[in-house]
Amino acid sequence: MMRDLHDHLKTRYRLGDLAERRGNLAFVDVERADLRALLVELRDVHGFTHLSLLTAVDWIEEGRFQLTYLMNNRAANRTLGLRVFLDRADPVGDTIHDLWPTAATYQRELREMFGIAFPGSPRVDEEFILEGWTDMPPYRRDFDTLAYSQQTFSDREGRETHDPRSHMAKKLYPEGQR
Amino acid sequence: MIRFEPDRSQYPQPGDDGKIEIDLETGKYLKLWHGPNHPGITGNMSVELTLCGDEVVEGKTHVGYLHRGFEKLMERRTFIQVFPIVCRVCVPEPDFNEWCYAQAVEELAGIEAPEMAQWIRTLILEMGRFNSYMMAMGGIGGALGMGVIGQWMTYVRDLMLDRFEEMTGARIYHMFILPGGVRGHLPEGFSERMEEVLQTAERYLADVDKAMFTNAVFKARTKGVGVIDPALFEPYGVTGPNARAGGVAKDLRKDAPYLVYDQLEFEVVTETASDIWARARVRRRDIDVSIALIRQILAKMPKEGPVMAKLPNVLHWKIPRGETYVAGESSRGEYGYYLVTDGSGYPRRVNVRGPSYTHAMALLEHLIPGTNIADVAALMVSLHTYPPEIER
Repeated sequence: MMRDLHDHLKTRYRLGDLAERRGNLAFVDVERADLRALLVELRDVHGFTHLSLLTAVDWIEEGRFQLTYLMNNRAANRTLGLRVFLDRADPVGDTIHDLWPTAATYQRELREMFGIAFPGSPRVDEEFILEGWTDMPPYRRDFDTLAYSQQTFSDREGRETHDPRSHMAKKLYPEGQR
Repeated sequence: MIRFEPDRSQYPQPGDDGKIEIDLETGKYLKLWHGPNHPGITGNMSVELTLCGDEVVEGKTHVGYLHRGFEKLMERRTFIQVFPIVCRVCVPEPDFNEWCYAQAVEELAGIEAPEMAQWIRTLILEMGRFNSYMMAMGGIGGALGMGVIGQWMTYVRDLMLDRFEEMTGARIYHMFILPGGVRGHLPEGFSERMEEVLQTAERYLADVDKAMFTNAVFKARTKGVGVIDPALFEPYGVTGPNARAGGVAKDLRKDAPYLVYDQLEFEVVTETASDIWARARVRRRDIDVSIALIRQILAKMPKEGPVMAKLPNVLHWKIPRGETYVAGESSRGEYGYYLVTDGSGYPRRVNVRGPSYTHAMALLEHLIPGTNIADVAALMVSLHTYPPEIER
């Protein structure tokens, strides 16, 4: 089912291989330049009218961000995840708030949490969840939550802290066997 | 029915783009913060209202009061350590988070939960839905001046929490659903005690029908108020009871059956008016569906069988690179988890798709202009939003 759709779309868009997760869920890589036209075709022709979510994954080792657009066709019970890759050094995405107004919220969050720009998206630069944040966007992989909390907050007096992995291993296997 | 029609001649007129140009210096407008501490707000969020007279001309949702960075924290924890976090993403209906996350982990790790566990998971999700609706009913009553409805519903919810406690050992955050299955069987005599709770609930709900849905004030304040045009459902990502109140018979339990919903009989409740009244009615009728489903599950489920599949050592559990999305129909609409793994012992990325994300942000901001200040609380509560889902 998804394969037929992929074969059909591949004739006109630069798509990667189809990664099928379940019968009704698959993911595919899309070129950024093709994204908008593909979204419009999926919505208007193939019944993928529902934007389930829009989010990002930081592949810091590969120097790029992955944007995932999860498109859902409820009537046919199919979900297609479109993966668009952006250069991590200068991440700029294309706004789709005019296709789905609710996308403006997702884009505003991605701007704040990952530092991905979406020029033209309404109120994209307004603070969303964080207030007065000046550090690097916190959902990036190189933002160290532990270091941040150690710098920002102090421990209660008398608190003992263990590394969970070694502590649990010691507790479960006191004699060192695995 | 007599309705008060205000004199609108003094009100500002919208420009060509449909928006009103707001100049606070003119003295015509007033900024009012509805929340974060306000009896009419749904949890720890706020709506920044701009008023002209008693009419709202602009509303902006503000969140962040509850942000604990759950999604980021999950990236620093092993797959099993994530469990104490996921349930806290949504207080009134935590089990959905546990199921979505557990199911996503199972998919990526190639594990299948035993049949008995699937039935118990379905039971837990319906009990959670029931509880969430209790809060919604109490909330809508409270927002319209009927505090006693909230007291009744809180009592009934507490009875269901007793059943959760005897099943899982905890009242609010259960952590009973784990990858591979659930933590245990149902206790001896659970069905009989559940039946008592359901019968008590039905008596109270009959009172709610009389006290709330036949109340002239409730009708006057909800019928025709806060209407969502069904044409907005897709662009604004509206799902669940908010869409079903506008005649859209979409329910993931039917459209994309998960767990054992394909073996259960139930109807998808819809209304047509798409106003506050219709949304309250859909929720009220959906409680009956949930009650019937709980009875059906307890009658149909197997009496014995394993509840947990064999898992690898969870301290050293690495899951191959992959990504998946697991979604189900929560009491508020589509609830989903997007999980990305990279072959390490930690999730690469977890993203929670809570229905409130679309309902309380873009949709509420779109609906709120033109609302009377007295109706803002009812409109918000009728969307049934939980802020932690927005800011995870």
